[in-house]
Amino acid sequence: MINPDAQLNPSLFEEDIAQVPTRNGYGEGLVLAGEENPNVVALCADLKESTRVEAFAKKFPERFVEIGVAEQNMATVAAGLGVSGKIPFISSYATFSPGRNWEQIRTTICYNDSNVKIAGHHAGISVGPDGATHQATEDIAMMRALPNMRVIVPCDAIEARKATMAAAHIWGPVYLRFAREKTPVITTDSTPFAPGRIQVLWESKKPEVLVIGAGPILANALFAAHDLEKEKIGTIVVNCHTLKPLDEKGIIALAKRAEAVVTVEEHQITGGLGGAVAEALAKHHPIPIEFVGMHDTFGESGTPSELMEKYGMGVKDILAAIKKVIRRKK
Amino acid sequence: MEALHEKKLQFLELMTNRLRQEVIRIVSGAGSGHIAGPLDTAEIFTSMYFHVLQHDPKHPHWAHRDRMVVSCGHYCPMFYATLAHAGYFKVEELKTLRRIDSRLQGHPHRNALPGLETTSGPLGSGVSQAAGMALAARLDRKKCRVYCLTSDGEHQEGNTWEGIMFAAKHRLSNLTVIVDRNNIQIDGYTEDIMPLEPFRAKYEAFGWHVVEVNGHDIPAFIGAIAEAQAIYEKPTVIIAHTVAARGVSFMERDYLWHSKPFKPGEAEQALKELKAEQEKIAQSHEK
Repeated sequence: MINPDAQLNPSLFEEDIAQVPTRNGYGEGLVLAGEENPNVVALCADLKESTRVEAFAKKFPERFVEIGVAEQNMATVAAGLGVSGKIPFISSYATFSPGRNWEQIRTTICYNDSNVKIAGHHAGISVGPDGATHQATEDIAMMRALPNMRVIVPCDAIEARKATMAAAHIWGPVYLRFAREKTPVITTDSTPFAPGRIQVLWESKKPEVLVIGAGPILANALFAAHDLEKEKIGTIVVNCHTLKPLDEKGIIALAKRAEAVVTVEEHQITGGLGGAVAEALAKHHPIPIEFVGMHDTFGESGTPSELMEKYGMGVKDILAAIKKVIRRKK
Repeated sequence: MEALHEKKLQFLELMTNRLRQEVIRIVSGAGSGHIAGPLDTAEIFTSMYFHVLQHDPKHPHWAHRDRMVVSCGHYCPMFYATLAHAGYFKVEELKTLRRIDSRLQGHPHRNALPGLETTSGPLGSGVSQAAGMALAARLDRKKCRVYCLTSDGEHQEGNTWEGIMFAAKHRLSNLTVIVDRNNIQIDGYTEDIMPLEPFRAKYEAFGWHVVEVNGHDIPAFIGAIAEAQAIYEKPTVIIAHTVAARGVSFMERDYLWHSKPFKPGEAEQALKELKAEQEKIAQSHEK
């Protein structure tokens, strides 16, 4: 059943659940962070509307910097601002930032320890018709490998707003990942959000599997858990919004109760959430694990739901992974 | 900026010689490192740290200091030598260059050593960072200026031109870029590898004020800085024409000295030449 402490959306399992893109939460959070702290500045690479920086730009025109189509410049200008007392948020599609400007992020933001926040938009395959060139499925791996970097993947628009505001308070580089499409609003304003801590969203009485997810795909994990309850298969579903630093302690404690794990993400399983969890389990508590995510392939054009199904990240794929990992427990 | 009187000029000229000797000693001591660029920017570094910059080596984080961004991180033997002689850390520490546990990393790391405004080495990212600092200074209504030393070779990087475009858009007149136009890079001469000319026209077309100067002429270089400070409408670039590896006859103009280990006797020979030059500078001002 739903963990009451998480105070999730009461209409979670209803057909008409509210759907909002996580990027909207970024836009709202950025304005709130800007109101809170005059040092927050926003940079954008010719994608003001679709990365939802527009509201900030309207409210704080003097603190909005339009860079044009130049992501390497965006990262390095931000690096200069970040060592000068500013808190720059840089926004573009994740394939370009942190894709195209990875070395600049490595040297001038991470190694340089500049207080820059990187918002990677249109992440995952659910970008849809634009095709694989615009579907970032490697960004978490690229960011997770960088020393000094923190990585946060919000599961819905409300959490995106909280994560954006939290990032302004965290000193140092932070990567935030957002999606294009409308996705179910899982949480509420009252849902606690603590960066660096996993959060239990669903907990059965006798859990056989721990499902760890990050990002909007968590809704599919919850739908799967809900379906399995009817089949008397118990699960725990956790929101692992902070992939780095990973809450190893929290994950291991729950893994010891379930003794099997499924990771769920809209990203390559290599180097993403699956990789991170596998590293933690291998170190502390090696048990069977199954991975739901992109399996070493690029996406393509299509509707988001068609793509999620074709590339194995739908509810039925999560159900199959849970059942498979249970079989492997013996 | 104070006027440059005769005594100060002699001090600066002697400092360039001292720093060149330091570069030879520390690079030969380290067994590796870059030579040509560091040697040919002695006048630039000396002019900046001992005459131009508003800075306080005892308070490297002073909020209103001028920023000196060294985009070409491989120039760090000269950069470190200058910082040490300016008082940022003990000259003694220079000999730890490139060694384990040293604050003097093979390429400069901001958090390792006082006086560094950024981490650099990977080329082409300095102008943009300096532009970001200049923009931050403007937002905060600070009067400090931002200077960025670049190599000519790193103008082959797209990121450099992105930064140049950005600074012009924002009319960052508090930003001055200094180019060490020594015409060499690792694989050869810039105009053979990937031509930069017409260099001046490119900067002008991008909306910058351009000053060309002999990079070894201290009064002329300081004059160029004064001109940059008087330009209010746009950023300024000082194209400082230099002789690669200036100061050591058998290294000058040879691109192979971009970076190569010394053979036995070469460092000693270089120091001998530089000491002779030191005498000449001392005598020239006695006349």
